[in-house]
Amino acid sequence: MSALYVVAVGAVPPKPLEWIEAAAAEWFPLPVARLPALRMPERAYDPARGQYHSVEILKAVARAAPANTTRILGVTEVDLAIPVLTFLFGQAQLDGPVAVVSLCRLRQEFYGLPADEALLRERAAKEALHELGHTFGLTHCSDTRCSMSLSTDIALVDAKGGRYCPRCGAHLVRRFAALDGEQS
Amino acid sequence: MKNIWHILIVDDEEVMCESMAAWLREDGYRVDTAPNGRKAVELAQAADYAIYFIDLKMPGGMDGIDTMMEIRRIRPEASIIIITAYATVDTAIQAMKEGAQEYIVKPCNPQEISLLVSRILKLKKLQRENAILRKKISRQYHHHDLITKNARMEDILSLARDISSLRSTVLIRGASGTGKELVARAIHYSGDRAARPFVTVSCAALTETLLESELFGYEKGAFTGAGAQTRGKFELANGGTIFLDEIGDISPKLQADLLRVLQERCFYRVGGSEEVRVDARVIAATNKDLAQLVAEGKFRDDLYYRLNVIEIRIPPLRERREDIPLLVEHFVEKLAHELGKEVSGISEGAMKLLLDYDWPGNVRELENAIERAIVTCRNGKLQESDFSSLEGSIGRNQPWQVPDLPLAELERQAIVAALERKSGNVKEAAAALGIDRSTLYDKLKRYEIPR
Repeated sequence: MSALYVVAVGAVPPKPLEWIEAAAAEWFPLPVARLPALRMPERAYDPARGQYHSVEILKAVARAAPANTTRILGVTEVDLAIPVLTFLFGQAQLDGPVAVVSLCRLRQEFYGLPADEALLRERAAKEALHELGHTFGLTHCSDTRCSMSLSTDIALVDAKGGRYCPRCGAHLVRRFAALDGEQS
Repeated sequence: MKNIWHILIVDDEEVMCESMAAWLREDGYRVDTAPNGRKAVELAQAADYAIYFIDLKMPGGMDGIDTMMEIRRIRPEASIIIITAYATVDTAIQAMKEGAQEYIVKPCNPQEISLLVSRILKLKKLQRENAILRKKISRQYHHHDLITKNARMEDILSLARDISSLRSTVLIRGASGTGKELVARAIHYSGDRAARPFVTVSCAALTETLLESELFGYEKGAFTGAGAQTRGKFELANGGTIFLDEIGDISPKLQADLLRVLQERCFYRVGGSEEVRVDARVIAATNKDLAQLVAEGKFRDDLYYRLNVIEIRIPPLRERREDIPLLVEHFVEKLAHELGKEVSGISEGAMKLLLDYDWPGNVRELENAIERAIVTCRNGKLQESDFSSLEGSIGRNQPWQVPDLPLAELERQAIVAALERKSGNVKEAAAALGIDRSTLYDKLKRYEIPR
């Protein structure tokens, strides 16, 4: 039986993982399961920038994927970046099995504000759906209400909806139908 | 529909190339990477990229600026963005002077790159549209827009050339979508009026009074809103050709006015007392049987004979099926380009389907069908499934789409529709719905359907 796995990379409190799992279970017709947390790969850390290379984390998550993985989403508290960009909320292999999402910049504390659990839950679900959407071949959506619209800052994360738009949703349904075919 | 743009990233660091490529792919772009300048130039020779991201510092023979210069030599239109670190900003400015469009200092804010890319692509899109429009404009003056190898159509084209420099009125007959306006343009642009205006008026689209002022213009104060003297289409066509489409639809009064213009070459503007003289060749077109309208007394016979000096009848597409492959080829090439899709041809099965179809809407319907097919096409070649909307009209039933409404509303609409179909007859409507009359009465009351 294939599954959608969620895995913490480094220390992540249980609640956000549960929220993300619930959001995934709501949208994807796959059993959602948790894997034991992974240690942060050492080479992911960039001391000059004080941030973590998301590509290295994606690689580590991919290595941890069990054989029956359909999709695997890493969740981390560290701040992600790639050489050319100052930060990333998350990254995914387009049409591939692996994605990662960072909670770091989804927390109000990052912006010097008091913690807000409800807001964090919304943001974590949106970004998890966004990255998982990429793994099912969705690219950024021009509908700003759709979870697949591109957010380049936290205001845009808050502005977009926690759902896929009908067009992206229809794409996913087609992909799920194809998944059934692959499994049978 | 999202246009798929190609982007090339040139950097010697693999992690840099791959991470940026992955990020841009999430935005729907097709991204290639090159580890050095030589490879980048090779790729640029093979394919045209919309944007080139080039790292300034690369080891080996070619640095970022050399690579940029070489790519600009092959692709002068290329948009190049230089990627640089803080230490080398001065050199990046140098790169701008050498023709780079932009530079980014890494690491760069995601929003900044996102805006930069969309700004460049917006410009590219405008440039591309501009090129297509230019092509369109230059092409519509050419005969070869009429694509045919049908003998009757070739006769029409040769007649069009023969009469192109005469002043005689021409009446073009043909079903809608057969290309009446194209023939009219062909006549105009191959004759000695080619450098003068070709003015089109669709007579069916306007009411009598609007059409009157459209054709003849009006004087200031002729009617409410006539703020200034305005020239009509006849005056605008002076020295050239006026094409009156759907001539069978004009009112008796305008028929009389038109007759006078044809006989005397002069008219009055609406509300005017001064005679206006014009020299405009009239080409009229209709999909109606004017002789029949004359017989029925709906069209003046004297106008009919004035218009029908030279008559051209364009056959419907189903009578010149040999043209379908040529037209398909032409539309696929033209529309794929306009829509920015890579569609190279059509499968044998799909072509057979198009050859067998009856084309009630003629060439225009064929063009629309191909446009729709290109939009839905997924694999670079039009397939039978891309013409599913045509199959529906060939005979196979299209599945009925159930509207997304509460059941009660669906029922209410079904009842209203049944009543409308049966002109309000409750007994017949009940029978059609398969329920008895009392049940229908109950439902009418429940849904408060007035009768």
